[in-house]
Amino acid sequence: MGAVSKEHVTSAVAKTVIEPAISIKGATKRYGTRTPSTTILDGIDLTVAKKEFVSIIGPSGCGKSTLLKLVAGLNPITKGSIAIDGMTPANAREIVSFIFQDATLLPWRTVRQNVELGLELEGMAKARRNEKVDAVLKMVGLAHVADKFPRELSGGMKMRVSIARALATRPKVLLLDEPFAALDEMTRDRINEDLLKLREEQEWTALFVTHSVAEAVFLSTRIIVLAPHPGRIAHDIAIDLPFPRNEETRSTPEFEQCVVEVSRALRGVSKQ
Amino acid sequence: MKKTTLNLLTALGILGGLLLVWQGLIWLFGIQPYLLPSPVRVAQAVVNRFPSLMTSLGITAMEAAAGLVGSLVVGILVALLFAQSPWVRKMFYPYTILLQTVPIVAIAPLILMWVGTGIGSVMLVAFIICLAPIIANTTQGLISVDRNMVDLFLMHNATRPQLLLKLRMPHALPSIFTGIRISAGIAVIGAITGELFGGASRVGVGGIGYAIQYASSQLETDYLFALVFAASVLGFAFFFVTMFLEWYFLHEWHESARSVEDE
Repeated sequence: MGAVSKEHVTSAVAKTVIEPAISIKGATKRYGTRTPSTTILDGIDLTVAKKEFVSIIGPSGCGKSTLLKLVAGLNPITKGSIAIDGMTPANAREIVSFIFQDATLLPWRTVRQNVELGLELEGMAKARRNEKVDAVLKMVGLAHVADKFPRELSGGMKMRVSIARALATRPKVLLLDEPFAALDEMTRDRINEDLLKLREEQEWTALFVTHSVAEAVFLSTRIIVLAPHPGRIAHDIAIDLPFPRNEETRSTPEFEQCVVEVSRALRGVSKQ
Repeated sequence: MKKTTLNLLTALGILGGLLLVWQGLIWLFGIQPYLLPSPVRVAQAVVNRFPSLMTSLGITAMEAAAGLVGSLVVGILVALLFAQSPWVRKMFYPYTILLQTVPIVAIAPLILMWVGTGIGSVMLVAFIICLAPIIANTTQGLISVDRNMVDLFLMHNATRPQLLLKLRMPHALPSIFTGIRISAGIAVIGAITGELFGGASRVGVGGIGYAIQYASSQLETDYLFALVFAASVLGFAFFFVTMFLEWYFLHEWHESARSVEDE
């Protein structure tokens, strides 16, 4: 399967002539220093070109969240290398934003103050910060709740705040770890649509971990299916549905076909 | 609001009933005032000796407050140290528990023997009794931060001071208030305990504990009751002040504070 993914990458690079945003080579993660140690990820090779939206999907235990943490540099890699825009994960943090499983908002800060966090930690002056935060809040449709506290918001709104916080620092790479898993389907669909709209405006590269096939197909330009025990790449499926995608995309036969194909691949690796 | 009024009336009714039973028992059995004074006599003692009662109340309040504030400052500093590494916690945390389990009545005489009598040593007793809950709760608050929140800060290249000031400290605030609430109640007890063992600044002037001992030796049972009553009022006052501060600082964002507000 490694051969398949390499072939795909070469063709993608040849077509667009853009250097990779994320380059993962032989990434291996083991837990425990004594033998037998548990291997979570085994020799992952993955290259994500700039502006690609790549989803990682797989049964539980395939290490998809671990892979994302490795790319973020939040978890040390056992073997192999990861480069983001040519930098190590730890050095690339200024151009990377991470969106967590739950909204992970600071409850003692208002929506505005939460969105401001990244800029504040970077040491940006208050006046410039306000300007940027206002723009982002408007972009995600949260301007009217700017001064509310997280506990006053619905789950969907909290997630929007989380997205706004991630985008406020103008990242080139967005890492998303099952961010919408806890939302109801309607809210999730709407946020998915908005996420694609934001992508048109900002043009970041996304690495997205999810459980939902339909969500992955709707958002992605490419889907990586991981097989479990140990986690490795089983399928690398290009999603050629045209952009812009909207709610009507979901009812097209092409969309259905992609969902069927990815579901079949996912079932295949789950049985092993 | 209507419900609160009703509750208040019920509480007052019960209080009135108890006072009547108390007064009735004294009439019925002809109990001597030095054994059990009537409510009327206690009320008279409060009125007649109001200035000295207030002096004692003020001294005890000051001692308890100083002990509490001192324990807050020292307790948070110790907790900050504990939060630095699990290793430090393992080494020193058992001593915090020791601090909590040692009966204060047993060590109060020792402290007064070592430090000498007076307001300062009473503050020290109150300080010691207040310290453990502050340390324990603050440490818990500082270390129980959600892993994802720490990761979020790391993704933005947060420095250690930023992590502490912008994440761990605000996250620990509700726990700190829990500690303060526990300590506020026992601060008054600690101060009075200290005074019982000789906490007078000079002969004849001391806090509630000192006055209780003096009144007891003089068989001024009515004044003794007045002092006990004053001590409870002081405990209540401490409790309500901390409750108010907790509400003031947390009600906007914290769930527990909000539920108090809703009730």
